Amino acid sequence: MITKSIENIGQWTIGQVERIGRIFIFLFTGVFHIFTLPLQIFKIIEHTWFIGTKSMVVIVLTGIFTGMVLGLQGYYTLIKFGSEGMLGSAVALTLIRELGPVLTAIMITARAGSAMAAEIGVMRISEQIDALETMNINPVRFIFSPRIVASIISFPLLTALFDVIGILGGYVTGSLMLGINGGIYIYRVTDSVVMADVTGGFIKSLVFAVVVTTICCSQGYFTHLQTRGGFGAKGVSFSTTNAVVNSCVLILVFDYAITYLLL
Amino acid sequence: MKAPLIKFVDVKKSFGNNYVIKGVNLSIYEDEITVIIGKSGSGKSVLLKHIIGLIHQDSGKVIFRGEDIASMSRKNRKEFKRNFSYMFQENALFDSMTIYENIALPLTETSLFSKQEIKKKVQMRMEQLEIQGTSNKYPAQLSGGMKKRVALARALITEPSIVLFDEPTTGLDPVRKNGVHAMIKSYQEMFGFTAVVVSHEIPDIFQIAQRVAMIEKGKIIFQGSVEDIMAYDSNDEVGRFINGDGDFME
Repeated sequence: MITKSIENIGQWTIGQVERIGRIFIFLFTGVFHIFTLPLQIFKIIEHTWFIGTKSMVVIVLTGIFTGMVLGLQGYYTLIKFGSEGMLGSAVALTLIRELGPVLTAIMITARAGSAMAAEIGVMRISEQIDALETMNINPVRFIFSPRIVASIISFPLLTALFDVIGILGGYVTGSLMLGINGGIYIYRVTDSVVMADVTGGFIKSLVFAVVVTTICCSQGYFTHLQTRGGFGAKGVSFSTTNAVVNSCVLILVFDYAITYLLL
Repeated sequence: MKAPLIKFVDVKKSFGNNYVIKGVNLSIYEDEITVIIGKSGSGKSVLLKHIIGLIHQDSGKVIFRGEDIASMSRKNRKEFKRNFSYMFQENALFDSMTIYENIALPLTETSLFSKQEIKKKVQMRMEQLEIQGTSNKYPAQLSGGMKKRVALARALITEPSIVLFDEPTTGLDPVRKNGVHAMIKSYQEMFGFTAVVVSHEIPDIFQIAQRVAMIEKGKIIFQGSVEDIMAYDSNDEVGRFINGDGDFME
């Protein structure tokens, strides 16, 4: 009984180490092949359009409402201390340092990350990835490398968009609805935000781009190796769910780690 | 007697506790159509995937032109793979690409041909396989038989010297099955490649086979000519299988 339990723990540990190792090899192979010739410019543009351009609507929507709710909550908190004039600072700093990068990454995970995992998972179970190998085409280079470049381009830009829209959302509730002077709101935004805040948010968005793309693409790519969620379509569904859940958890874990390192 | 192009020497493969290939010895000869038969789950496709390196054996050797594939250098292995094309059971066409893009893919990704040269080659293959007019369609818009032709066009676009067919007639009606068999035969004659065909379409597949190997329970229990296998006693294991004897399945 005890021996069996120890054996199971050992097997589980070996399985996890193998899994993590596989993901790192996948990541390093993909990054290496970004620079191998010929460069995959058209594929990068195509994926930037899919990850970036097609995510703009959802980013604008979440950005505006996040900013609006921050404006609303911030106003009623600050007014207790007679500091409602600081609303611009509160909204801008919260968005640029924390909520912008995190919520953008989570929204891209939900929209593009899940699609990546499902698409690659289907490619795996329908032998399209094997077909690439038989054609002497490196599947990691073909599938993952353009996507990671596209994410590295898209994540910071979408985060910047989210931040700007969010600050506008805060302006809508703070100034237009609750009567804070618009000039003061804008002044507080420009006065309180320093370059270090923007750089911090930028670094976070870059790290999230790598984390989300690696997790989502690797979950799809290794669909055939997971056995817990079933095979075929069920396997793809399990991989997609795992990709989204793991990405979201890791976004928050990395967010804490980067914040700790930057402060 | 000529030397085999591909040779399996005591190849064994298991997936966990499931021993699929239990010591296969098999020779495949150049410019011939070799057919590997056996009942479902007997390890035919696994055997085929060993040739191109999609699956690696636990022990034993797969030898190509006298060289062990496992001990090939990275460069040699890449060169070795250039000789091959693989036609998958379910075609493995890229759903999100057009038919033209599917066929052109091996060239656009691995060759230095110009766009014009690639276009010319793809058009030529499409004409030869009678799938002109489908360039801008997607695989989902084609019939099963057309998809097979597209898969074959893609397999032949690099002018390989060896084409591996994994159950090429799966899911087709009897008329289309015979059509695909005839297609393999005629294109093998036209382009002069070595073909290895995994199939359980017996006896139809014998019409195109020049050499037959039968795998059962992970071992090759017969290899030889069509005449030899047809001459087997119907009470024998091989004979019972080719005669479709239900008792064989037990």
